[in-house]
Amino acid sequence: MNALLDLDRLTVRRGARAVVDGVSLRVAAGEVVGLLGPNGAGKTTLLRAALGLLPHEGRSSLARLSPRERARMVAFLPQGREIAWPVPVADLVALGRAPHGSPDRDDPAVARAIARMALEDFRTRPATELSGGEQARVLIARTLAQETPLILADEPVAGLDPEAQIRTMQVFADHARAGGAVVASIHDLGLAARHCTRLVLLKAGRLVADGTPREVLTEANLAQVFAIRGYHAETGDGPVFLPLGTVA
Amino acid sequence: MRLALVLSVTVAVLFAASLLIGPGGLGLGESLRALFTGEGGPVALVMREIRLPRAILGLLVGATLGLSGAAMQGYLRNPLAEPGLIGVTATSALGAVLALQTGLVAAFSLALPVAALAGAALSVVLVLLLAGPRGGALALILAGVAIAALAGALTSLVLNLSPNPYAASEIIYWMMGSLADRSFTHVWIAAPFIALGLAALVTLGPGLDALTLGEDAAQSMGVNIARLRLVLILGTAASVGAAVAVAGAVGFVGLVVPHILRPFVAARPSRLLWASAFGGAAMLLAADIATRLIAPERDLKLGVLTAIVGAPFFLHLIWRLRGSEA
Repeated sequence: MNALLDLDRLTVRRGARAVVDGVSLRVAAGEVVGLLGPNGAGKTTLLRAALGLLPHEGRSSLARLSPRERARMVAFLPQGREIAWPVPVADLVALGRAPHGSPDRDDPAVARAIARMALEDFRTRPATELSGGEQARVLIARTLAQETPLILADEPVAGLDPEAQIRTMQVFADHARAGGAVVASIHDLGLAARHCTRLVLLKAGRLVADGTPREVLTEANLAQVFAIRGYHAETGDGPVFLPLGTVA
Repeated sequence: MRLALVLSVTVAVLFAASLLIGPGGLGLGESLRALFTGEGGPVALVMREIRLPRAILGLLVGATLGLSGAAMQGYLRNPLAEPGLIGVTATSALGAVLALQTGLVAAFSLALPVAALAGAALSVVLVLLLAGPRGGALALILAGVAIAALAGALTSLVLNLSPNPYAASEIIYWMMGSLADRSFTHVWIAAPFIALGLAALVTLGPGLDALTLGEDAAQSMGVNIARLRLVLILGTAASVGAAVAVAGAVGFVGLVVPHILRPFVAARPSRLLWASAFGGAAMLLAADIATRLIAPERDLKLGVLTAIVGAPFFLHLIWRLRGSEA
């Protein structure tokens, strides 16, 4: 099966230090990959380098594409949630259509994205007047409106209320089921365990574990990477994970 | 679309008013007949050689300041940005001041606009060298501020060392900005650069829209930021350099106009470009008419008037920003 994302020994250096150190990763259609790791592990740098936004060594299948080809292949949700001007929500979401022609707020893809993030009531409101969490949903909708096979999202659920968090993860799951793939950095291990098909664990720029949530969220990995211990159980609704405390 | 209609009608009316208002005390019918037929001796001369180039320059310079201001604000995502931020106004003015001081202007009347254009070109080279062709927004601002400060200091030095008080006062008056006593020669000098610059800047609309979401998001949507920045710098330098070359340093238009018009275009940077071009032209034509109406015998300078109107607006802007960030 063709990979939607193929990273081969991707390395990003800042001075002498490797912030991302030889990460190889293939992501196929149907996968929702949770990118885990403590602050400073290199998650954001990995995503930006994979897109070709940072100088890097090694190879990324995305960095070789022309900017326009890439924009039709992958949608990116940056971590910094910047909305510079009080643009109405529908116009902002419509920006995602730019790679496919000129952005048009009446494009059906815009309506679909707005519906997925439950933003119908905000369509004509200036985005800067919304709350932080609502703005985050608008920016996710913009990413969805791009309707690309692959979505890279940097902390998509940070700052969202529980309903919006679950909705976002379900939207990602639907996207994967429809033949796409998602790579999202996530700090909420419970959400990651519950909604991702695969987890990738980073520590100090290196990939230290890669597999199903059950395989990755082991006692040893949690202690080594996060210095925490947790509770893991299988329920009728799927796997459940709860961080319990720190370990010395 | 309604905004486009309102703005274009406003500009058309102000352009006509600029042609018809002046110290000549000419009748309406007489003026128009002379303008279109070229008959009527001195009246035709006044209309075709004095008022028409002045109105055209008002239109071009105003459109330049408005459009480049909107583009700069869009790129930097900051409502306080203005076209002079990359140093082009200051270096053009320095070029012009050197031409005045060295007496080149007396020997060759086009030396002033040519020297100002050379100053604009110099600012582009310096900004690109200092900020790097791929430098970020902050590098661009810092390079622009440094260049503007240096050019301002050198301009002061020229004034300071000027042995001739008449030359010094001529320089000071020139720096205040004016459209008085311009001819079609000025139009022909400025128009090609302004046309090229504006044509370059209007292509930036989609990229500036995407930049609303920040540089990473814009790049991921296919925007080539390095190219956008280069086009912005070149377009601004060509058009603003030419505007300064023929009109002097006219401040606040590029700052105020995009800000006034932003709510009417739903804050979309691409639509603000067009609107600000028209809005800038309207503001400059109106200000130029006002200099002729308020104190026709005192030669009130255009730049003084736009600053007197613009500075309080700027204060108001800061006041409101302060409130919203509290």
